Amino acid sequence: MKILVCISNVPDTTTKIKLTGDQSAVDLANAQWIINPWDELALTRALELKEASAGKIDKVTVITVGDKNAEPTIRKALAIGADDAIRVDAAPADAFAVAYEVSEAAKAENFDIILCGIESSDYNGSAMGGMLSEFLGLPSVSSVSKLEIEGDQVKVNREIPGGNELVEPETPFVAIVQKGIAKEPRIPSMRGIMMARKKPLNVVAPAGATALTEFVAYQPPQPKAACKMIAAENVGELVELLHNEAKII
Amino acid sequence: MSNVLIYTENFDGKFKKSTFEIASYGAEIATLLGGEAIALSVGNVAEDDLVQLGLYGVTKVLNFANEGYANLDNQAYASVVASAVEKENASVVIFSGSTIAKAVAPRVSVKLKAGMVYAATGLPKNLSPFTVPKKVFHGKAFADVVIKSEIKIISLAQNSYGVVENPCNVVVEPFDVPANAPFKTRVTNVEKTSGKVLLNDAEIIVSGGRGLKGPENWAPLEELADILGAATACSRPVSDEGWRPHSEHVGQTGKIVAPNLYFALGISGAIQHLAGVSSSKVIVAVNTDHEAPVFQAADYGIIGDVQKILPQLNEAFRKFKNEN
Repeated sequence: MKILVCISNVPDTTTKIKLTGDQSAVDLANAQWIINPWDELALTRALELKEASAGKIDKVTVITVGDKNAEPTIRKALAIGADDAIRVDAAPADAFAVAYEVSEAAKAENFDIILCGIESSDYNGSAMGGMLSEFLGLPSVSSVSKLEIEGDQVKVNREIPGGNELVEPETPFVAIVQKGIAKEPRIPSMRGIMMARKKPLNVVAPAGATALTEFVAYQPPQPKAACKMIAAENVGELVELLHNEAKII
Repeated sequence: MSNVLIYTENFDGKFKKSTFEIASYGAEIATLLGGEAIALSVGNVAEDDLVQLGLYGVTKVLNFANEGYANLDNQAYASVVASAVEKENASVVIFSGSTIAKAVAPRVSVKLKAGMVYAATGLPKNLSPFTVPKKVFHGKAFADVVIKSEIKIISLAQNSYGVVENPCNVVVEPFDVPANAPFKTRVTNVEKTSGKVLLNDAEIIVSGGRGLKGPENWAPLEELADILGAATACSRPVSDEGWRPHSEHVGQTGKIVAPNLYFALGISGAIQHLAGVSSSKVIVAVNTDHEAPVFQAADYGIIGDVQKILPQLNEAFRKFKNEN
């Protein structure tokens, strides 16, 4: 059995977002780059499943679409424990193009389970995993907060409004995962970092996807008015302000 | 080709405010394009409920009540939506900002080669090129996105447009698709917690952080939620510690919420937490540290120990509720 984990290379979530002078782009020159937090959880779960599988899962592969600058991030995924990596050598233009590139690169290997994070922390698209499953013609389950393998059957938890569903997909399938899929993301060990240098990182040429969307302009958020402070001994004033000033209760 | 198809979600056969919001939004786009607003309803919804969509500008409802589709299968649902788009010659497809948008809309995008914008924050700024506003970096910036394909898919961020009444004559038409191959996903069990206000529906959210010191101290917070008819939520450390379930975690990697009123109680306001709540209309913060970043995002603040202040808040809000 083989698992593929899709990795997006994103600016650290604590990065201060500055726009370029003409507001046509986000200035990320000084950003630290990380594995998208949901993808990191997906990778962690994939490795847990492999370790618990008694050899049944023989490989966890990670894939990303990006130029050479994405390599430290994919290398980190190898250091965390992935067996090998694929980098599709193209700029990640939009979710549609990225999903197409990943689908083309993944086709040859017949992965049994493909894991994608439910969202990327940069452009907040929430679309790539679903698009990938459609390009591959595979079933998908989204909002997955738990994934187990019992014998040959994969069982996942899908969060629904006010509850959970237990879903049994046929494999191969795509799981679009969210918080809860793994407790904490794994951190690479020193040994992992050393070993990652020798693991295969295959660079493949893009299939030539066309993006359907384009980010053309940006604006900073509106500045917020100062917070009105209320004395701790006078919480009644808060109720009064919420009622008469904010008119919210 | 200027019709708008609106994917309406129902919850146990009933529509919610979020459904009427996207109906209003889709109807306005249809007006801008000079087309019709057509709703697609998947599931078992009574005619009386379906015609409610007409109050918000919808002129036709495709009623897809095929019992074989009782459970969500992303692949099968996407086929239904794509068939409806083709039947109605729709050029814009609207989804809510819910989990369905993440599950089904991307598949429709690939089927129809339709560019998709998730969590748009308002009407298109321009029809040619078709330009939609959205938040990026969880609200640290806004962006204008051009959709270049002939068919466009927009999911609307919740509470970003509002419900707009616009009564229209509406016809309900049965809709079905040819029998498909069996679903490749099977739902084997459903668990629902009843009686609780759901986070994504809540007008008011009461959220607790590490300042509450432990899971045993949540009772007064739940009491406040009860008094206000609010949903309960928590910060990331609280769910990571297992004090509260992951489903309550609000923030960048948890749930993104946009209630009218958000209480951040004993939450310092890490940038990732604020990213998940910044669309709230009003934020109230209670924290011991007057330099806590949460006060920069809040509208009203109280400096003090949340464990001492919560009982006072409960008393004050209960008194208000009794009088109003």
